[in-house]
Amino acid sequence: MNDMSIFINFVYVISATLFIFGLKLLSHPSTARKGNLLSASGMLIAAVVTLLDNQIINYEYLIVAILAGSLVGAVAAKKVQMTSMPELVSLFNGIGGLASLTVAWATLLGGENLSVFVSSVSALAFLIGGITFSGSVVAWGKLSERIIGRPVVFKGQVIANLLLVASIFVVIVLLVTEPNSIQWQVTLVVLALLMGIMLVLPIGGADMPVVISLLNSYSGLAACAAGFALENNLLIVAGALVGASGIILTSIMCKAMNRSLTNVLTSGFQPVVESNIEIEGEVKPLSADDAFYVLEAAQSVLVIPGYGMAVAQAQHALKELQGLLEQNGAEVAYAIHPVAGRMPGHMNVLLAEADVSYEQLFEMDEINPRIEGFDVAIVIGANDVVNPAAREMKGSPIYGMPVINADLAKNVFVLKRGMATGFAGVDNPLFFKPNTRMIFGDAKETLNSMIRQFAD
Amino acid sequence: MNAIYLLFILVLAIFVGFELIRKVPATLHTPLMSGANAISGITVIGALALAGGEHGELASYLGAFAVFLATINVVGGYLVTDRMLAMFKNKEGANK
Repeated sequence: MNDMSIFINFVYVISATLFIFGLKLLSHPSTARKGNLLSASGMLIAAVVTLLDNQIINYEYLIVAILAGSLVGAVAAKKVQMTSMPELVSLFNGIGGLASLTVAWATLLGGENLSVFVSSVSALAFLIGGITFSGSVVAWGKLSERIIGRPVVFKGQVIANLLLVASIFVVIVLLVTEPNSIQWQVTLVVLALLMGIMLVLPIGGADMPVVISLLNSYSGLAACAAGFALENNLLIVAGALVGASGIILTSIMCKAMNRSLTNVLTSGFQPVVESNIEIEGEVKPLSADDAFYVLEAAQSVLVIPGYGMAVAQAQHALKELQGLLEQNGAEVAYAIHPVAGRMPGHMNVLLAEADVSYEQLFEMDEINPRIEGFDVAIVIGANDVVNPAAREMKGSPIYGMPVINADLAKNVFVLKRGMATGFAGVDNPLFFKPNTRMIFGDAKETLNSMIRQFAD
Repeated sequence: MNAIYLLFILVLAIFVGFELIRKVPATLHTPLMSGANAISGITVIGALALAGGEHGELASYLGAFAVFLATINVVGGYLVTDRMLAMFKNKEGANK
């Protein structure tokens, strides 16, 4: 190691420390923004010190690439609507995967007499990076409804997948023995891309929180693999942090659905469970105007949002109603299920956008013990996450899934377009409970007419 | 031996990651993901070295492309995370 290289690596240590402190500050909303800034400055010094390296001779390409990338990134970050965050994060995951793949590829192309170790980890970076990229693009397509959201399954898919895995294995071995062969490099890239598509296609829209978390983890692991190929510590540390983050989120999401990761990834292949459980009771509709009288008298109101709130863009109307209820002397709280929405924390971001304070957002485990105390629970665009069948109907496909026990509140209003089942395709006994009233129609319209009533 | 040393770092970093991220509240899971995404753009430093060094023309082009991609991740990821985190307010902030 010469002096320059020692200096660069010393700065990398500082960068890694900044990343770690940045993540540590993310443990509370009041310090999180500072954490993000720390993390960003860690990245900046790492990039600057790398540019100072005297081995770098070609600056023209670099400047153009950096400027173009910054421009695209900045525009995407400024323009994106908060409701489209899942799509953006998904695309960013994919781009990260592709970047790692390209770095590994350039390593193979640029190196001579590569060791077995370097070519193996490069092959791994090809594989993980390729899967991350194409998988994320499919996930993005599903989230933005450019391709069909429900599981896509075709005949012989299982066999096709097994063949794909086997051929990937063979090509990796061939590539490791002949790391400079363009032919095997291209073949592996194509197979990895195919694998990513096959992995995400059979997964339905409601399972997207798991898929995004998993791809997030992969994008970190791909960076890790590229780090091994380049023997660069900082890439390994940063990649491992991201990988760990994705794995934790994946496991939280799976637990919140009471399913294993394998079950989520293969659910498209399993036959649809027919439940023939009869639900007793009748659906009692209520008009928004009548609902107002109940709300006016309520001392405490709990709001339980779901993906439907994002679709109807109802978060701002909700905040307005919250303000009126609070002026009226009621306490308003929000209960957020971990898998509500299309990505982890989706609802929280939308409500934050509408200026709802994070102190009023509660996790499922915090709210369930005191849910009986609420006069009204307003379920808005959520279905499976408030389904009491998960608690009381053995044999229901979602039996055992932890849910928000909305039915235990004194009154339940369900804002819903129609009687369609949730993503799990399961009937919801909540709608038939004696204390439940259904308010049909567009959620935003319903909220607005309640707001008008308060104004009168 | 070098491989073992790198593996050592990997294992320790994974443990640090698990400990840190377990403490992130559910409220911040979306910014956590986009922030993590930005961190995974760290490949930019590998890409810079490959694109700027003397490793042949093809490697330089690919490296420059990787720099472009990773920069999107870094810049876009940090900016969008900051935009989201700026929205999270406590009670006083939200009622202003």
